[in-house]
Amino acid sequence: MTSILFDAPGPKTRGRHRLYTLATVVMLLALAGLLVARLVEFDQFAYAKWEPFLTPSYIEAILVDGLLETLKMASLAIVFAVVFGLVFGVGKMSEHRWLRWPSWLIVEFFRAVPVLLLMIFIYFAYGVGDGFGSFWAVVFALTLYNGSVLAEVFRAGVNAVPPGQAEAAYAIGMRKTQVMTIVLLPQAVKIMLPALISQLVVALKDTSLGAYVVAPGLTFVGGSIQDEFRESRLQTWTVVAVIYIGVNLLLTALATWLQHRLVGEKSPLDTTAIPGMQSTNTGGGAGGGIV
Amino acid sequence: MEPVFADFDLYLSAFWLTIQLFFWSALASLAFGTLLGALRVGPVAVMRRTAGTYVTVVRNTPLLIVFIFIFVVAPSLQWFVGTPFLVKGVIALSLYTSAFVCESVRSGINAVPLGQAEAARAIGMTFGDSMRHVILPQSFRAVVPPLASVLIALLKNTSVAAAFGLLEATARMRGFTNANADVRPEIFLLFALGYIVLVEILSAGAWTLERRWKVASR
Repeated sequence: MTSILFDAPGPKTRGRHRLYTLATVVMLLALAGLLVARLVEFDQFAYAKWEPFLTPSYIEAILVDGLLETLKMASLAIVFAVVFGLVFGVGKMSEHRWLRWPSWLIVEFFRAVPVLLLMIFIYFAYGVGDGFGSFWAVVFALTLYNGSVLAEVFRAGVNAVPPGQAEAAYAIGMRKTQVMTIVLLPQAVKIMLPALISQLVVALKDTSLGAYVVAPGLTFVGGSIQDEFRESRLQTWTVVAVIYIGVNLLLTALATWLQHRLVGEKSPLDTTAIPGMQSTNTGGGAGGGIV
Repeated sequence: MEPVFADFDLYLSAFWLTIQLFFWSALASLAFGTLLGALRVGPVAVMRRTAGTYVTVVRNTPLLIVFIFIFVVAPSLQWFVGTPFLVKGVIALSLYTSAFVCESVRSGINAVPLGQAEAARAIGMTFGDSMRHVILPQSFRAVVPPLASVLIALLKNTSVAAAFGLLEATARMRGFTNANADVRPEIFLLFALGYIVLVEILSAGAWTLERRWKVASR
């Protein structure tokens, strides 16, 4: 890796870097050794403790009742959130005050409220008993939160379209609505698609909060397995974490691929500056990829 | 509203715990995250890769799972057994937030114009010198908006502690709504308002810093 932050190292510096490298490796090995020693001491490598995760019926439960439900909740939430975000994102850009104000208020409100607080409220007020249940409580809570974040992403996306595009559209006699729907939004969606996929990672991670309101999903299945095998706590949560990380890495790879495909090497949409947006872009936000 | 105002001290003490969680986690994750960020742009490949791996793994793990590792898994290895809940919550929140702080710090360094780093090298500054005198002071300014979003996310993330026996605002709201089913929307709005006030204080602070530190040119 070449960097503008430092010169190509000379012989003395190379020696120093070798020393640092050695020190880091020794420290990492020591940490790993400590962990392995602990794991051995408490017999965590015992086959019996890993057995559930090599048993077909449990693997099926994890993948079908866990991963599939998690993916379902996350993708439903993102689909609804796109609609929500479009409506209120465009609403916030409106020239009419009666439209701009309520849109602003709704977006600001749902962005500032913790998604777990929202989830608990929706579930206990409308989900329990004859309500729509915990699955939809999670979906609706994630829709409101991610939708309000996406509203900002849409706004940033529309603003990222070169101004000449709108000017040209007005010049050939298009009306305001036409400029937005025919010229600006299609181009904005292209710029935003990677950010949308990244938001899917955020939604996917947040579905795990659903376990608190007994919604299905990976974390809930993990909890059930843990209740059954009290000794397999470490194993259960390691497997669950690995699945979450694996799926999210795949989604991030997809976002990066789309970024190259649709936007090119140009700097990605700067979503890190949008409050509440935890960009998973590998480019790393503002002016990504310079250093 | 009546039941909340009757027990308003419970409302206040819940938000006090939220603030404590936020404050200590913010401090710890700013320190650890900045260290990680420095390692990620440094010249030693092993350090870069170690910090990079940490960020990738933690960023793709749900916060609830991080909490579970601290509160449920670690005790099965006899770690964190007698540790107070508040400390364990702070550890979980900091481990998670540090990864995002690291990314903000890195994006701030990326935002410093290329010519600045080149000029620093051209006048013979070492990596340490150019970081200390040229790159970092400028990146602090660029880093305010993304760092503010990370801290706001942290503030909202303290709510996850509710699932682990910490009676902060979200756990308290659940208690209130359980006992007073007829006024749930009002109770929710009152607690939401508490979070909104805290978020607004944070963003106002960030906005002031951003304006004061704004780079004159460019």
